[in-house]
Amino acid sequence: MALRMGIIAGALLLLAIAGVMLGTLDLKQAMTSTWVLQELRLSRVLIAILAGAALGIAGALTQGVIRNPLASPDLIGVTAGSGLAATTTLLLFPQLAYGWLIPAAIIGGLLALLLLLWLTGDHALSPSRLVLVGIALSFWFGALVDWLLSSQPQQINAALVWLTGSLWGRGWSHVWLLLPCFLVLIPFALTLSRKLDLLALGDDTAHCLGTEVRQVRLLALSTAVALAAISVAVCGAISFIGLVAPHLARLLVGGRHLLLVPTAALLGAALLLCADIAARTLAPPIELPAGVLTSVIGAPYFMFLMLRYRGW
Amino acid sequence: MSYLSIEGLRLSYGKQIVIDNLDLEIRAGKITALIGPNGCGKSTLLKTIARVLTPERGTVRLRGEDIHLQNSRTVSQHLALLPQSPITPEGISIRDLVSYGRAPWCGRWGRLSGEDEQIVSDALEHVGLTELADQPASALSGGQRQRAWIAMILAQQTELVLLDEPTTWLDICHQIELLQMMRQLNQAGKTIVVVLHDLNQACRYCDELVVLKHGQLQRQGSPADIFTSELVSSVFDVTAEIHRDPIAGSPTLVALN
Ligand SMILES: Nc1ncnc2c1ncn2[C@@H]1O[C@H](COP(=O)(O)OP(=O)(O)OP(=O)(O)O)[C@@H](O)[C@H]1O
Ligand SMILES: [Mg+2]
Repeated sequence: MALRMGIIAGALLLLAIAGVMLGTLDLKQAMTSTWVLQELRLSRVLIAILAGAALGIAGALTQGVIRNPLASPDLIGVTAGSGLAATTTLLLFPQLAYGWLIPAAIIGGLLALLLLLWLTGDHALSPSRLVLVGIALSFWFGALVDWLLSSQPQQINAALVWLTGSLWGRGWSHVWLLLPCFLVLIPFALTLSRKLDLLALGDDTAHCLGTEVRQVRLLALSTAVALAAISVAVCGAISFIGLVAPHLARLLVGGRHLLLVPTAALLGAALLLCADIAARTLAPPIELPAGVLTSVIGAPYFMFLMLRYRGW
Repeated sequence: MSYLSIEGLRLSYGKQIVIDNLDLEIRAGKITALIGPNGCGKSTLLKTIARVLTPERGTVRLRGEDIHLQNSRTVSQHLALLPQSPITPEGISIRDLVSYGRAPWCGRWGRLSGEDEQIVSDALEHVGLTELADQPASALSGGQRQRAWIAMILAQQTELVLLDEPTTWLDICHQIELLQMMRQLNQAGKTIVVVLHDLNQACRYCDELVVLKHGQLQRQGSPADIFTSELVSSVFDVTAEIHRDPIAGSPTLVALN
């Protein structure tokens, strides 16, 4: 297991180096102007790693709590809720500093989660309901975002790029926003891992093994929402990484969260980094948003999971 | 002082009251069977004793202490529950599953001490799963899975063990094996409360019967004393003759039409 995690970490490092090397400016030019390397690519690579890791962990926590491999923050509407809150802030209060997007996104994500739990009621743990209501919520939030955008046409471009999930134009200031949040949230997520292992045995058993089930569920979900929301605030709505990373991680290192959570983080980071490298090298000089690429690959993967899933 | 005592218990799901005003005493060191028709509240009662559900009214006391005033961890060091349909997660080995039974005794990270490891190995040995210990738990047959869960409960090392229909899904051979294992646990000093649907097995393997109907206590006592055809017909609506098991000597039910 440790070996597998090591391999993933190594692959991530290689990707990171590739991410710094590759780009629309060729390497020789880039070397002569270290500014390009440092300012742009390195910070961008770091953001992809941090945001990807956040999405991976958020997915692992959500799946752990909901006990369902089809759950992830974007499928249950949390990401869309964060997106709506962040767009609202971006469009209606353009004078606010960028850092305000983070609390706004977190609040939006939490409200979306509360709305989801309220709408699903007693069936909060039934996978089909959760995903269906979550998708409906996502559409609804999406519609509100569209409405906002069309009523504020002067801001539409910046907001659109941000909404599809792009790492374009992100710099060191964003790294400094992301880093402290993660230094707190990631270790905290790890401290929940044992409890999540027990939660996987069912509420009754978890209870009888000394877990305060409600408390763990609340803490883990809020952590997941916070992580997803922060990545939304920085990179926009990047879908499917929260679904795919923990799922692959489970295949690779099994179901114990002390391994699963860090592996999902590594894989999430690697996936987003890949998507971002592809996004800026596939069709230069045009930049595709990384979020488009993750959806192009993630959506069929989700369908594949749905077809295989037997727990309806 | 009584061992496990339930007083004035009322349990409900939303508006639906499942058990009302139940008083019950369960004796230490015995195997007590909870029997009654489907939906009469057996699982609900067991979960309340295990502090999974909170009663609307009334108390559950273990050695005089109200368990609903204690925290999960303390309670989990005293009693273990095998739920009616336990969830066996994907991606963990049998050894992992059994080691989760040590959770009430170890720290936040779930690191097992050498002693814990030994307890887990002993539990695996006890149920005969040592060879399979590193197989994925989700790939087991129903019988093996049930044994893995029993091993988890053994590893928890509690004085009280609650089993909710441990024999469902098992063939007759595995049923008997499981019931005998239950007896052994009891002889090793554990108090057991078990929900069984097979009345003959309940009479044969248990010291005491608790008969529930519509959430009400109908009778309580040893099988020889209380298990009569009147009881069976009033609780289960089945006409039956009660005979004596030629080997164990326990009452045995033969259903008539
Ligand atoms: N989670 C729940 N929500 C609402 N009602 C429930 C729930 N669980 C059980 N009930 C109801 O409570 C009553 C008692 O259920 P319980 O599971 O305790 O019965 P039981 O005696 O264990 O039945 P069985 O022999 O079929 O396992 C039933 O009428 C059932 O419909
Ligand atoms: Mg039941």
